[in-house]
Amino acid sequence: MMEMQESPQTPLVMAQLSWFFGIATIVKLLLIPSYHSTDLEVHRHWLAITHSLPLSQWYTDETSEWTLDYPPFFAYLERFLSMFAHLIDPQIVHLHHGLNYKANSAIYFQRMSVIVSDLFLLYGVYRSTLALASLKRNLIWLLVIWSPGLLIVDHLHFQYNGFLFGWLLLSLSFLAQGRDVMGGFLFAVLLCFKHLFAVAAPVYFVYLLRHYCRGGLVRGFARLSVMGAIVVAVFAAAYGPFVYHGQIQQVIRRMFPFGRGLCHAYWAPNFWVFYIMLDKGIAFLLRKFGFNIPAPVASFTGGLVGDASPFAILPRVTPLTTFIMVLLALSPCLFRTWKDPRPRLIVRSVAYAYTCGFLFGWHVHEKASLHFSIPLAIVAVESLEDAKHYFLLSIVSCYSLFPLLYEAQEYPIKVLLLLLHTILMWFSFSAQYSGSLRGDKKGGEKQGFEVGWVTKSYLIGVVVVEIWGQFLHPYLFGDKLPFVPLMLISMYCAIGILYSWIWQLKSILISS
Amino acid sequence: MRWTVLSSDVLIFFPAVLYFVLVYRSMRFGMGQNSDVAWHIAMILLNPCLILIDHGHFQYNCISLGLTIAAIAAALSQKDLVASVLYCLALNHKQMSAYFAPAFFGYLLGKCLRKKNPLLEVTKLGLMVIGTFAVVWWPYLQSKDAALAVLSRLAPFERGIYEDYVANFWCTSSVLVKWKKLYSTQSLRIFSLAATLITCLPSMVQQILAPSSKGFLYALLNTSFSFYLFSFQVHEKSILLPLLPLTLLALEESRSILWLTHFAMFSMFPLLHRDKLVLAYMALYALFILVYFAPCGPSGRCHGTKTLDNTQKTKRSVDFITSITFHPLLMGFLGLCSLILHVIYLTMHPPNKYPFLFEAVIMLICFSQFVLFTFYFNSKQWMLSKHLTSKDKQKKLI
Repeated sequence: MMEMQESPQTPLVMAQLSWFFGIATIVKLLLIPSYHSTDLEVHRHWLAITHSLPLSQWYTDETSEWTLDYPPFFAYLERFLSMFAHLIDPQIVHLHHGLNYKANSAIYFQRMSVIVSDLFLLYGVYRSTLALASLKRNLIWLLVIWSPGLLIVDHLHFQYNGFLFGWLLLSLSFLAQGRDVMGGFLFAVLLCFKHLFAVAAPVYFVYLLRHYCRGGLVRGFARLSVMGAIVVAVFAAAYGPFVYHGQIQQVIRRMFPFGRGLCHAYWAPNFWVFYIMLDKGIAFLLRKFGFNIPAPVASFTGGLVGDASPFAILPRVTPLTTFIMVLLALSPCLFRTWKDPRPRLIVRSVAYAYTCGFLFGWHVHEKASLHFSIPLAIVAVESLEDAKHYFLLSIVSCYSLFPLLYEAQEYPIKVLLLLLHTILMWFSFSAQYSGSLRGDKKGGEKQGFEVGWVTKSYLIGVVVVEIWGQFLHPYLFGDKLPFVPLMLISMYCAIGILYSWIWQLKSILISS
Repeated sequence: MRWTVLSSDVLIFFPAVLYFVLVYRSMRFGMGQNSDVAWHIAMILLNPCLILIDHGHFQYNCISLGLTIAAIAAALSQKDLVASVLYCLALNHKQMSAYFAPAFFGYLLGKCLRKKNPLLEVTKLGLMVIGTFAVVWWPYLQSKDAALAVLSRLAPFERGIYEDYVANFWCTSSVLVKWKKLYSTQSLRIFSLAATLITCLPSMVQQILAPSSKGFLYALLNTSFSFYLFSFQVHEKSILLPLLPLTLLALEESRSILWLTHFAMFSMFPLLHRDKLVLAYMALYALFILVYFAPCGPSGRCHGTKTLDNTQKTKRSVDFITSITFHPLLMGFLGLCSLILHVIYLTMHPPNKYPFLFEAVIMLICFSQFVLFTFYFNSKQWMLSKHLTSKDKQKKLI
C-alpha cells in the first residue's frame, strides 16, 4: 500500500497528506447530519455570549446553564468564529433567540468550523513527521488523521479536540527538535485554550528547566527568565483583560467546577472504577454478615453527579487526594526527566503524564483518553513493541468511547470505524515490520507483527463485552439494571488502560 | 429497512465483485500490480451513483447488479451454464437487467457456435434458462391470470414513453419533436423497440461473430447504453446499468470512467436534490475523485494512458473518434458548464415560463456525452474484433 521513497520531496508529501486529509474530510462531511451531543448547543451559546456581550460579562453571564468554562483564548476563538456565524445567520449568535437553535445553518456552520479547525491537527502531524521515512510517515498519518476516536468525539459528539491536539503536536515537535523556546511558548498558548492540558505542565517544567536552562548558573538563570517571561506574557495576553476587570476569581471559579463529583455520569475507565467496585463489594459482603451499612446518599449507580460522599465504607476521595495521587504517579517520570532530559523521550513523557491524569484525576471524562493516545501515535512506529502496545491501546481507547454514541443509527458507524481502524493498523504494522527482524536470529525472537495470546484474548473479551451489552443484556434483563453494561465496559477498558500505564512507565524508565 | 439494503449489498454485491475482479485479474495475464486489483475493487464498490441510489434514495439494485456481475464473471471463466442461471435470477429480480440481455445472448451464442456441437450447447443453455424461470415463477404459473397480472405490472406501458427529464433520446428530442402529441403510445412502443434493437444490433452481431472476453464487457456496455437511450419509460436511475460494465472495465477505460461517472451523477442531480441528498452527493463524488487519484492506484502512478488503454490506437477511425471524445477543450468547456449548472441549480430559481429549464439543460449536456461515448465504445468493440481475429484462433475459448 505504501511506496518507498527515501527522500521526501515536499510537493509530493503535501499531495499525499492532502489525500489523507481529503478522505477524512469526506467522512466528516457525511457525518454532519448525525447525532450530536449537547456540546453543540454549548459551543453555539459561547458563540452568542462572546458575540453579543462585552468582555466583562463573558464569565459572569447566566443566560444559560452552559457557562463558559474554558480559558480566555478559547473564548477569543469563539469570538472569532462568531463573526462568520453572524454573517451566515444572525440568529445563531443571538443571546436569547439563539437558545437551542437547531436550524441547519447553525449545525452546518459549527460542523464545518470543526472540520476546518482540523487543519491545525494536520499541520501538527505534518511537522511531527517531517523527518521520517515515507512508510512510517504514512502510518502515523493513518493513525492520527484517520483516528476513529477523534472522529467520534470531534465530529459526532462534537468538540474541538483536533484543533487543540494540533497545538500540542506542534509544541511537541518543536521540543523533539530541540527548539525549547517555541515548544514552551506553544504549550503556554495551549494551556490558555484548554486548562485540562495542564496535567503535563510538571513534565514540561522539569524538562525545560533541565534541558533549556543549563550551562552554568548565570546562563541558566538568564534562560529561565526568558522562558518565564514568555509564559507570563502569554498568560497576560489571555487573562490580562479579566484581571483588569477584577474578575479573575470568577474566571477561575468557572474554569474549575469541582462540585461535579469524582466520576462523571458514565465512569471513565480509570483507577477510581476499581475503587468504587471495591467499596461496593466490601459493603455488600459486610451487609451479608449482618453489619448495618447505610446506603450512601449520592450513589454512583444512580448516574448522578454531586458533592456528597458516595462511598459506603472506604474513605472519601477529595480533589486534593486525586491531585496528590496524580503527582505521585507522575514522579518516576519527573525524576527520569530531571536526571536525563532528552528530546527523544519528551513525547512519551507527556503522554505518560496524560495517562496518569486520566487514571487518577478528578471528574475525568472518557474523552480524555485521546490526550495520550494521539501523542503516542507519533512514537508508535519507533519499534515493534511500541506498535504492539499502540495496537491494543488505540482499540481500547476507541471502544471506551462507544457509550458516547448511544443512538441506534450511530451503532454501525462506530463499529465500522473501529473495525476499519483495526484492520488498517494490522495491515500497516505488518507491512512495516514484516522484514525488519529477519536478520535477527536470537532464540525466541518474534518475527513480524504479531500479538500475544494475552492481547488476543483481551480483544476477544472486548467483543464479548459488546455482545453482552448490546444484545444479551436487553434480551435477558430487559430494562432492569441499565447501568450494568456501561459498568462492564468501563471496568474492562480500565484494565487495558492500567496495563498501558504500567507499560509506558516501564518503557520510560528502562529506555537507554 | 436500511439494514436490509446494506446486508443484501454486503452479502450479494461484494462477493460478486470480488469474484469478478479475481477472474478479471487472471485474464490480464499478470499485467499490472496488486494495488490495481484494490483500486479496481474500490472503483466498482465506491461507485457513487450506486451508493446514492441504493442507500440514499433507497432501492435494491445491488441484488440484481450483484447477480449480473457474478453471471459475467462466470461467463468469463467459461462456466456458461452457471452464468445463464445467475443472469436469469438477476432478470427475475429486476426486469431492468434485460438491458444486458442482447450482450449475454450474443456472447453465449457466439461461444456455442464455435464449439463442436453447437445445437447441443444451445439446447443446454435454453433448458437452464427455462428451468430457472419455471422455478422462480412457479407460484404464478398456476393460473394464466396470475401470470398475466405479473407481466402487466412489470411493463407499465400506460405511463408513457418518458417521465421527468431523463437524458435519453426520446426525452431530449422531445424538445424539438413532441412525441407524446404526435403519436399514440402503441406506435411509440414500436418505435422505441425498433430503435433499441437497431442500435444494439451491431454489438450483438459482433459478439456472435467473434466472441471474446473483453468484447463481451464492451458489448454489455453498448447494449445497456442503447437500451438506456432508446427504451420505453426509462428512469434516471437506469444510468446505473450502463455504468456497471464501465466500472468493470475501469482499468481499461480509466479516462472514460471518470468522465462518464461525472455525467451520470450530474444526470441524477435533480433527483438527488429532491431527496435532499446534496451533501452526500458532493461528499461521495469527492471520495470517488480521491480514490481515483489515490497515490497507489494506476492514475496516481502513471500519468500517461499508454499502459492502460489497448493498443488499437493505430487505427485511424478510432483515433478520430477518440480525439473528438477526449478533446481537451471540449472536456474543459463541458466540465466548466456542469460546475456552473450545479451552482445555478442550487441557488437560482428558474423563470416561471420554463419551470424545468435547468433540468432540460442538464439533460441535454448529459445526453450529448452519452451519445458520443456510445459511438466511442461501439467503435472500440469493433476494433477489438479486428485486432483479435488472429489471436483468437490461438486462444480458442473452449
